Parts: sequence; structure tokens; C-alpha cells
Amino acid sequence: MSPDAKPRVAVFKMASCDGCQLQLLDAEEALLELAGAIDIVNFAEASSHMEPGPYDVTLVEGSVSTPEQEEQIREIRRGSKVLIIIGACATSGGIQALRNATGKHEEFVRAVYPTPEYVASLEHSHPIADYVDVDLELTGCPIDRGELLGAISSLLRGAMPRISTSPVCVECKRRGYVCVVVAKGEPCLGPVTRTGCGALCPGWGRGCYGCFGPAQSSNNADALGRRFVDLGLTTKGTADRFRFITGWAPAFREAADELEEEAAT
Amino acid sequence: MTHRSVEVPVIARVEGEGALHIRVEDHTITDLRLEIYEPPRFFEAFLRGRHFSEVPDIVPRICGICPVAYQMSAVHGLERLFGVQVPEGTHELRRLLYCGEWIESHVLHVFLLAAPDFLALPNAIEMAKTHPELVKTALEIKRVGNDLMAVIGGREIHPVSPRVGGFSKAPRRKDLEALLPRLEWALEQMPGIGDFAASLPSPALPRPAELVSMVNEDEYPLNVGGMGSTGGRRFDATTYEEVTREVHVEHSNALHSVMADTGTPYFTGPLARVNLNAQLLTPVARAVAERTGLRVSESDPFFSMAARLAETTLAIEESIRLIRDYVAPDPSAVEVTPRAGRASWTTEAPRGTLYHRYDVAGDGTILEAKIVPPTSQNLRHMEEDLRIFLPDVLDRPDEELTRLCEMVVRNYDPCISCATHFLRLDIERA
Repeated sequence: MSPDAKPRVAVFKMASCDGCQLQLLDAEEALLELAGAIDIVNFAEASSHMEPGPYDVTLVEGSVSTPEQEEQIREIRRGSKVLIIIGACATSGGIQALRNATGKHEEFVRAVYPTPEYVASLEHSHPIADYVDVDLELTGCPIDRGELLGAISSLLRGAMPRISTSPVCVECKRRGYVCVVVAKGEPCLGPVTRTGCGALCPGWGRGCYGCFGPAQSSNNADALGRRFVDLGLTTKGTADRFRFITGWAPAFREAADELEEEAAT
Repeated sequence: MTHRSVEVPVIARVEGEGALHIRVEDHTITDLRLEIYEPPRFFEAFLRGRHFSEVPDIVPRICGICPVAYQMSAVHGLERLFGVQVPEGTHELRRLLYCGEWIESHVLHVFLLAAPDFLALPNAIEMAKTHPELVKTALEIKRVGNDLMAVIGGREIHPVSPRVGGFSKAPRRKDLEALLPRLEWALEQMPGIGDFAASLPSPALPRPAELVSMVNEDEYPLNVGGMGSTGGRRFDATTYEEVTREVHVEHSNALHSVMADTGTPYFTGPLARVNLNAQLLTPVARAVAERTGLRVSESDPFFSMAARLAETTLAIEESIRLIRDYVAPDPSAVEVTPRAGRASWTTEAPRGTLYHRYDVAGDGTILEAKIVPPTSQNLRHMEEDLRIFLPDVLDRPDEELTRLCEMVVRNYDPCISCATHFLRLDIERA
């Protein structure tokens, strides 16, 4: 891009709830300010004016869930200098990836849609990185608005944004919250989940349910799972804790698989 | 014979993804399809086997714009099945949270999604250039709604505090009171915003319609009430699936709802609520309704924007009242013991009635779930609107025709992500 031209930004969605792009619309005043620094040239949810690519920065929400989307994401990648994927669906397949572990997709479609041949859907809900290289992943269900705006401003300054990878537990201690596991005996995924939410759930008196996905050092998921069983959860109930919003992320998937195997034996 | 096709491959400024195909031959519409290509996400399928306590964290993921609606239909239904007595003040706090969602969703729709149409502008950023003060005011009102949700729910998109039995934590009175000056300011702005809406040149779509919403004798219905229609029907959540019926059509990943007995479409949302609950409008909301020319018994979908503004005003007035009277529920939640049976409930999402039904096992495991979102209930009605509206405007240039068609669809503030996740769950088990 030429130095005086504003970066051309596009926003697309795949299978998702729209909540992550809504974080951009919810940025309100910041959005109007950003509009002075960037050109949002394609954002179907916000504007009926849609320009074709290429784009300098593309934000994509949602998981790849249909045959058309497999093609669409490759095309988006080809037309984007920087590809940022936003949210649990884009980064780990999202809650709709709960179908992945069941092996029952076809049965779901056939059994539950009155006319299954009208429905085109992939067996798995895929994170975008299954198909194309991505430049930056912002996790969260939804993503944190501050992280999103911070990432966009970094890019405007020509720097790749740095995203915290530490667990919720660290943030929770830093804020001085009472530990919900210790005080309430409530299962909490804080030790293995990436922060970004500001330790939201423990701050609201409940256990973390993992919506920002695994933290970088989440290899103690097994030990945490055993702790949940000690707290009174069934093995199946414990597996479900991992198999949730970001359950298809490898670290959580493996923990859930192991627990389910255990439950089956 | 002349042919003309109108293709709107991506309907802009709606939540989720849809397209519109129209074929015209000799001034007659020979094909009209509102295509919903948002992929199915199978919520009802993976709800099966989950513990009831997880439902308030699962169902909001259907929609980032109306997560509270999903949480509320779920927690009320499950609490009724389990015979839970929630702590005093819970009803009021839930209503307050829901008011936050109505404010945020309605203002988002009116100003960021719908109003640019009436000014023939592509988006709110352009509108911010032609109407800077108005857009700034609207965004500030929307922000109050968002902040109200965040103070009660922890965050406005997918709040974390609502649970079966109450809230994981109740907000402090002083945190809610801190919002009062902004809510009072917002209320003062609403009559002027009503005047702005009344000044917009609007198409008209007079048509007979059966409008459906919750009804309540004591308070404008959000969380609690029976069902009513302008056709004189009275029913409730327990008979919802007998009174209405869903139809699967080829071009849509969303099912269409019709009345079971007549097979006719119906229309849910703000205009229906105002129609059926006009006597419960709060004073300033009533004044705003009058200034926008909104009459009770109005069924022209183009009056939806006026109804949304009246309801935004009502939600602000109710928020002020609820915060002034707020006493934090203590404890914030009660323990819940599940029991087997069927949980059915409706609440009023910003875009219309949201029906949930859960069949639950004795240990609290969800056996079956059914969710009927407002947009799917309105889809058939939207297609019918287009068939009625189009013949008079068919000679307009493509660009204008496209805009007009989108306006007809946008009257319903469709939430396509909501409408698409759902499935019929009458599973035949081998």
C-alpha cells in the first residue's frame, strides 16, 4: 500500500453467531475514529457498499463448515495481505465443533432435518488454519474488544500485535480474586485457559469455562481433570468441561478424549 | 415476454447471511426466494446429553446480538420444570438485563442497520457524516444498553452471570446507580429521535397480517407472559408447538413457521408487541409512539422502526425504575435439584418471540431440545411482504429495487444466525 493510502480492511464471516464482528460494531466511537485511519471496504453486516479485494487486512469470524466455505476461505486468503482470524469458531471450530467428536454428523443431518438433501454441511466444523495460513489469531467467545482494537492499532503502526498467552489463573491472582475452586469447590478451567477476558468468570463468582481456548502452557489439563473428579464431577461431566466452546482445540480435545476413554473402561 | 432477474447475493446490514432471488416475467413475479445460506450449527443436536446447568452458557452462542434472550428462555423454562423459587429481586434483575439487550439491539438496528436505507446511504459511517450529532447520540444510547448488560452479566456479548437458579453474582447497587445519569440523558433524547424517524421518507406496505407476541397484564412482556395474536388467539409456551408448525423449504437452512390450523404465516416482533400490549407502554414510550405516528392496530411492517423506538424508550424508562428500586438478590442464586420432564418457555427477544423446549432426564441431562427463534417465524411473512410490495415498484432501476427489497427484509431485523442453527429434533431412534 502506498504510504498515504489508508489500509483497505474487510470483514467476513463463516459459521458463527456474529458476536465477534459485533465487538467491532460495539466499539462505536472507536469505530468512527478508526474509520478515519482505515477504509472498511467490505463488511456486509455494517454496510451495503462492498468492494472486491485485494485487502490489506482481513478479519474473519466463524468456522469452515460447508463445502462453499472451504473455497471461500482460500479465496479470502489469496486476496488478503494480513489475515486475522477472530473468535473461538475461527480459531478452534467453535461450539459447533461439538459435532466433530461424535462421529454422527450424517446421522444428525438425516435424523433431524425433515429434508436432509436440502442441507450442505461438512462432517466437521473446522478452524480456519486447517485450510490456510493465518497471520494472527485472536481467541475468545467473543473476542475481547480491547485486544481487537489493540491489534488493529499495532498493524496501523506497522507492528505485528503481541497477544498474551498466559492463563486466566495468573490474571485472577493478579486481580486478587477469591479462587472459586478453593472457596466454592467449583470446577474452573482458569489454570489451562488463555486469559484475554480479564479473569471474567472468577470475578463473577463462577468457574472459567474455557471460552478463550487453551493457554500456551496447558499441558496440565489431565491433572486439572482429576481435580474436577475429586470435586465431585463424573468423568463424563469432566470431559464435557473440556469439550465445550473451544473443545476442538488440540489441548482440550486430548484431555476430553482421555477422560472419555477412562469413562468407557 | 420480458424477463428480469433481481439478485441480491448478500443481503447487507442484517445479522447473518442470506440472499434474495426474484424472477419476473411480464410484470409477474414467477419466482421469489429468500435464501438462507448461513450454515446449520446443530445446537439442538449437541445440547442432547449435556447437563442442564451448561445450557445458559451454550444457547447464547446461537446469537451474539441477542444472547440474553437465549439465556432467559432457557433458565425460566428449566426453573419452572424444577419447581425452583428464585431469590427475591431475581425477576427484576433479569428484566433489567433484558432491557439492556433491547436498548443495545434496537439502537444497533435502527441506526447502524436500518436508518441508512431511508437516507439512501450505504452505512452508518456515511450517515455519521450527514447526521453527526444524531449518530453520536444513538451510539451513546446504545453504549448505555451495552454497559447495563456488562454491569449485570459481566460482558454484553455472551454474559456469564445468568444461571438456572439466579445469578452467579448480583451487581452492586452503586454500580447500577452509576448508569442512572446516562439513562436519564438517553430518555431525554428519545422524543427527538422519534421526530427524526417520523421525518424519514418511508415506503408503505399496508397488508392484513396476524401479529403474534407475548401478552401480560401487569408489565410489558419480556420474560414472563402468555401468548396472544391480533387474530384473537390465546395460547402459551406449553401449546406453542401445537398452535404453530414449521416447514422445511429447499432454499433455506432455516425452517419457516406457519399457523398449524390455517397454514398461514404470522409476524412476531416489536410491532406485534406494541399492538398486543399498547396499554402497558410507559409514558415517554407512549409519547414517542405518538410522535412517530404509530397507531395501535398498525400492521404495516414499515412501522417496525417506530415500534422499536417506542420499545427502546420503554426499556430506558423501565431500567431507570428498576435501578431506583433495586435490591440485590441475596443469595444471588439458589441450589437447583433437577427433575424429569418437559421445560417450555417463551421470552421476547428484541426481534420477537423466542420459544425453547427441553426434555430433561431426572439427573438433569438434556434429552431433547427445540428452539424456535423469531426470525424463522417471520421468514414466510417476509417472503409474502415481498410478493405484495414488489409489483408496485418493479419498474424502478435495479439499484433502487435492491435497496427497497432489502428494506422490506430489514423491517424484521432478521437474525439469520439465530434462524439457521435449528433443526427439528423429533429423532427417530433405531
